[in-house]
Amino acid sequence: MSALFSARRLKAMLVKEGLQILRDPSTILIAFVLPVILILIFGYALNLDTGRTRIGLAQQDGGEAAASLATAFRQSPWFAVVAVGDVPHLKDELVAGRIRGIIVIPQDFSRRAAAHAGTIQAITDGSLPNNAAFVASYADGVRQNWALARDGRAAVQPALALTLRYWFNPGSVSRYFLVPGAIAVVMTMIGSLLTALVLAREWERGTMEAILATPLGMAELVVTKVVPYYVLGLAAMTICTVVSLILFDVPFRGSVLALLAISSCYLFCALGQGLMISALARSQYVASQIALLAAFLPSLLLSGFIYEISSAPLWVQWVTRIVPARYLIPSLQTVFLAGDDWGLFLPDMARMLLFGAVFFAITLAKTKRRVA
Amino acid sequence: MNRWLAFLIRCRAMIIKEMWAVLRDPRARIILVGPPIMQLVLFASAATLEVKNVEIGVLDLDNGPAAHEVLQQLAGSPNIHALHRLASYADLARAIDRRDVLCAVVLPEGLSRDVAARKAASAGAVCDGRRSNSAQIMGGYLADMVGRAGLALRGVAPDAAPGGATVVRHMFNPNLDFLFFVLPALVATVASISSLSVSGQSIARERELGSFDQLMVAPLRLPEILIGKMTPPLIVGLVNATLYLLVITQLFGEPLRGNVFSYYLATFCFLTANIGLGMAVSALAQTQQQAFLGIFLVAVPVNLLSGFAAPVDNMPLMLRMIAEADPQKHMVVLMEGLFLKDMPLATVLANTWPLMVISAVTLTFSSLLFRSRME
Repeated sequence: MSALFSARRLKAMLVKEGLQILRDPSTILIAFVLPVILILIFGYALNLDTGRTRIGLAQQDGGEAAASLATAFRQSPWFAVVAVGDVPHLKDELVAGRIRGIIVIPQDFSRRAAAHAGTIQAITDGSLPNNAAFVASYADGVRQNWALARDGRAAVQPALALTLRYWFNPGSVSRYFLVPGAIAVVMTMIGSLLTALVLAREWERGTMEAILATPLGMAELVVTKVVPYYVLGLAAMTICTVVSLILFDVPFRGSVLALLAISSCYLFCALGQGLMISALARSQYVASQIALLAAFLPSLLLSGFIYEISSAPLWVQWVTRIVPARYLIPSLQTVFLAGDDWGLFLPDMARMLLFGAVFFAITLAKTKRRVA
Repeated sequence: MNRWLAFLIRCRAMIIKEMWAVLRDPRARIILVGPPIMQLVLFASAATLEVKNVEIGVLDLDNGPAAHEVLQQLAGSPNIHALHRLASYADLARAIDRRDVLCAVVLPEGLSRDVAARKAASAGAVCDGRRSNSAQIMGGYLADMVGRAGLALRGVAPDAAPGGATVVRHMFNPNLDFLFFVLPALVATVASISSLSVSGQSIARERELGSFDQLMVAPLRLPEILIGKMTPPLIVGLVNATLYLLVITQLFGEPLRGNVFSYYLATFCFLTANIGLGMAVSALAQTQQQAFLGIFLVAVPVNLLSGFAAPVDNMPLMLRMIAEADPQKHMVVLMEGLFLKDMPLATVLANTWPLMVISAVTLTFSSLLFRSRME
């Protein structure tokens, strides 16, 4: 048996893998089209800033004060009054989801408003908790401002106010924090999902047996499977980055070197995970499902990208510790929005490499045993 | 009469064959039922927009009664896990940079003096904008707490608002429990992913294994083949829907206020729409790998445009129109309506017909593709 790595064998296999990728339209689709779709959706569709909320207005009082308050609601930049009528009718609209809240101006409102005690009712759609809280607090805001303006008073100065500043993202633009998430999703797709599928296919079709019958060593096999997808992953990451920088003016305050280093560590780990899944599953269907459940969804939901990890129950926090993307997101957010901070990057990079090493070790052990 | 009997017999044979194809592999059987339920439980537990257990820094340059009151409010907050005393602005910058704290409150020199003199007094807070979502939520909490501290310093009751009041009633979910919103939406998400991935393999797998040609020469008509292909994902989906219903009502205690018939009607139409979508992708794909990646390319936008991740109302008009063709968007509305709002049948139907249209279009499209492959 020759040396562990032979340049000739490696080159031959790399060419084979490269051609296999380039000749399959689906891998090109995933590596080049998916990143663009993701960035576009994240940039345009995931708008967490509330616009005008559709409400219904039940004006039960014909007095002047009630009419004036109703106008205040109609002119509010926070609400769009799209339905008027009695409460039962508006409740049906609320159930149907055509409106998100009902403002009731009760019968004796004008009389009580004259005595500075005008009370209104806000009925919200609790099935959408964020929206409901918004409607409740802004409805009260509209009423308070109306009452103050009517009394000819300026807003009361609070005894103690809080001036909030958001570092790195002063305008709290949600796009800025979504981009690192998009990159994580795309690299997980290519690293774990695509790799798992490709290798499982070799097993399923029996071409793996053919490869194993060649002088190619296990280590060489793993390297030739990893390198092309590593390149593909970096290419997709670059597309994500460039598109988001051009289209959405997302800041990039760190260095390209740091971004490459962080992405490489994550790809190492994701590729290891993909190889391990395929070695364990050996069927494309099973591999695809495991990759989806163990790699893709956790990278979206358990990585701290959307939901704060510390807010989850303790057992979920433990589960997130074995989600590699959890160690990627903070570094990516930092490299885009804050700049290079190797004291923050290095521990997380080490963790990702460690996870990757474990995945690769399991893959090698599993493959050897089954073939022998 | 005989023709119908023959049709039924052939359908039965095809359905048995397809059920075998899906259920034969023991690992595949486990994957069809286990993970969807696990996802429901795990993601429901992880998905919260409340921000809890966070670390907050405090830079106290005031050391007076006002600072004391603010600190007491912070210490009493159920959302804050620990308060870290910071010695200087440099300390504060480091704590934020290193993500040791999510936000840091600055109590400037002379704060107590200004409050006592009834001047406009203001504390500061710096939040980590990298985590802008959580930071904004926490910033809101902090502003509330500081405001309450101000009222306490003046000796005013917290809810003394000017002239009158707004009585708030949150219908359907009085405590605004976020979980009650997440669970129905997750039913749509999980069911969508599982039905798409099962139906996406249906035709592509036959083609890759070479059994597609056998299917073509078998004495089966197109509708019979399609019915056979649709049945396994439909049955798996309905079994899972029943499990979701049990888990949500029994484990999480969220009621199903709408009727069970509507729940299954909505699920059935939603599954058909997804299966149509999955089969169309499957018919277009040459290999299983292409089918799976194609499904993924469809599943991501379907998921993100459904209104679960961000409200459809906030999207630009173009995307709102695309979202109308997204089965999951209608399913989220239906599930939220059926679990919490006791949506009446007429409204259920009003939200179900788009699903039927989507099913009709995608199923027709995939059968046309299928037919073109037969010839």
